[in-house]
Amino acid sequence: MNKGAVILQDITKSYKTVKALTEINVSIEKGELFGFIGPDGAGKTTLFRILTTLLNPDTGTATVAGFNTITDYKAIRKIVGYMPGRFSLYQDLTVEENLKFFASIYKSTIEENYHLISDIYRHIEPFKHRKAAQLSGGMKQKLALSCALIHKPEVLFLDEPTTGVDAVSRMEFWEMLKKLRSQGITILVSTPYMDEAALCDRVALMQNGHLMAIDTPDAIIKAFGLTIYAVKSNKMFQLLTDLQSIQETEAVYRFGDVVHYLNKSSSFDPAKISQHLIKAAHTEIIVKQTVPTIEDSFMLNMRKSDSFNTQGNDN
Amino acid sequence: MKGFIIKEFLHIFRDLRTMLILFGMPVAQVLLFGFAITNEINHANIAILDQAKDEISMKITEKILSSGYFDLKAVLYHPNEIEPAFSKGEIKEVIVFEPGFGQRLEKEGKANLQIITDASDPNTANLLFNYTSGIVRDYSREMMENKKPPLQISIESTMIYNPELKGVFMFVPGTITILLMLVSAMMTSISIAREKELGTMEVLLVSPLKPIQIIVGKVLPYILLSFINAIVILTLAFTVFGMPINGSILFLLLESILFIVMALSMGIFISTVSQTQQQAMLLSMFVLMLPTILLSGFIFPVENMPLPLQILSNIMPSKWFIIIVKSIMIKGLGIAYVWKETLVLFGMTVFFIVLSVKKFNIRLG
Repeated sequence: MNKGAVILQDITKSYKTVKALTEINVSIEKGELFGFIGPDGAGKTTLFRILTTLLNPDTGTATVAGFNTITDYKAIRKIVGYMPGRFSLYQDLTVEENLKFFASIYKSTIEENYHLISDIYRHIEPFKHRKAAQLSGGMKQKLALSCALIHKPEVLFLDEPTTGVDAVSRMEFWEMLKKLRSQGITILVSTPYMDEAALCDRVALMQNGHLMAIDTPDAIIKAFGLTIYAVKSNKMFQLLTDLQSIQETEAVYRFGDVVHYLNKSSSFDPAKISQHLIKAAHTEIIVKQTVPTIEDSFMLNMRKSDSFNTQGNDN
Repeated sequence: MKGFIIKEFLHIFRDLRTMLILFGMPVAQVLLFGFAITNEINHANIAILDQAKDEISMKITEKILSSGYFDLKAVLYHPNEIEPAFSKGEIKEVIVFEPGFGQRLEKEGKANLQIITDASDPNTANLLFNYTSGIVRDYSREMMENKKPPLQISIESTMIYNPELKGVFMFVPGTITILLMLVSAMMTSISIAREKELGTMEVLLVSPLKPIQIIVGKVLPYILLSFINAIVILTLAFTVFGMPINGSILFLLLESILFIVMALSMGIFISTVSQTQQQAMLLSMFVLMLPTILLSGFIFPVENMPLPLQILSNIMPSKWFIIIVKSIMIKGLGIAYVWKETLVLFGMTVFFIVLSVKKFNIRLG
């Protein structure tokens, strides 16, 4: 029974009109830093709420540390830490008061588990008499993480912890998560940022309530199998449609300030791209081969799963 | 649990609006209701029915009229004319001298004077009676200095339209009821709804806290603050407006606590069915405040309502509490007389506590 820290079997959940999750199957090992990657509306929040016993799935079973989320919800609530998607601390209480309160509802004290949070709390301790409402986004996030950790949870659920946080704070945050993992805490993170996927031990790519791929970030990239060409020209607007008309095109999509082009044929000659674009009156053409990323993998998977394109809901 | 209560107190003390509603409003309301009932008389219209028409009755009449408090609106000649005079609504008081008033006073040393007041405005009626009888007593004291056997003018007071003086001091029981209801029910329902709205309820639910712990943690601070409120209102009523407390204060406070707990459990129930603070506030307003004001007998006497409303008023907890408060404060009665009402309140409290604990969602949605 206790194979993994978190096990989901055939989890399906629908709201009134939308199907939020469809047959989710995944097993997360103890001590793993596991990421659910997907855009808004992929079903990440619903999944986290099921695992934190806030919602019951329509079908399927989920266990956290061996406890069933429906029947043993009381046991789960003692051992998990949860950081919801939006800032859910008391804005009118100070940093220290928030932390004290969350320690007290788990019958613990700040002193007892200070070692767990010291790395994180250290950053905001100088402001401990400041009200939570007056903290910056990055500091709020650190406070919320401290509060979720103060009772030494076995499994930590972080729902989009880095959304709305600046790049520097995001990197700091992931550093903290890695330290926490080394203390044996199983961590489940959801994020819409593809670049954060590489920081997880394993990731699950999520779209419209489906899990498209579950593997280590490296394996997902390795499994990509196609060569990516980053293309630029003077007419970026037409570039997408013009590239589509090349023979055997697998996919064309915007990627930052360039367009990524994939061709089905393994013997594809990139010179064809330039030739094709010159005919279409493009100038300043740049074609470069580039390494695939999780985002490329996501885009490709998303196109494949378009066949069962159901509407997702993230709330 | 202790941490929860401390947190709740911090919420209350940090929010200016909450503090104003908790402590500013009771004082303002008591003073408003208190002073809205006039306690000064100037040029009140009266009528006089002098069936004696002798020297003494004329002198008393003159003394009353020259006091400046009263204006003579009509002179009546027969007791039959009293009722129609009042119905016109122009006069507030009729002074009646019995036939042979002066003669009886001189011979028997005793005579009767009747003061009839329109008690549909009970407070004014009471004041008019006090002013008039004061003037008459003054006069008889002056006369006593000359005569050896003490003279006695016995004054008989008759109130018409509202002989029990219902309405006098009604504002205190009514105000206590409304304020306790408002503070207890509305504030708790809002404070629980706020946790839902801000998402903190999600975090509280994913913690080992039991529903009953969350509820008690929310409610305890408000019990204490509402209780302080009740004491403030009672003190104000007693000192500023001279409201009597004839019964046991301890008993009154115990009943107040019962009512506070009742209102709080209603507040929790409201919060379990509302998702936002605004929803909780509107529900409290419409479900609690309006019926309390309109149906509890605070403003409109229950006896004057149509039968369906009279029946409906029975499910208003405030109706029973107002009866209890009146009985204790004005009539000075004890538990032996209000046990039925107390039992009704107690039953309602248990009902709402059970309902809200059952209804309190251990999950979202």
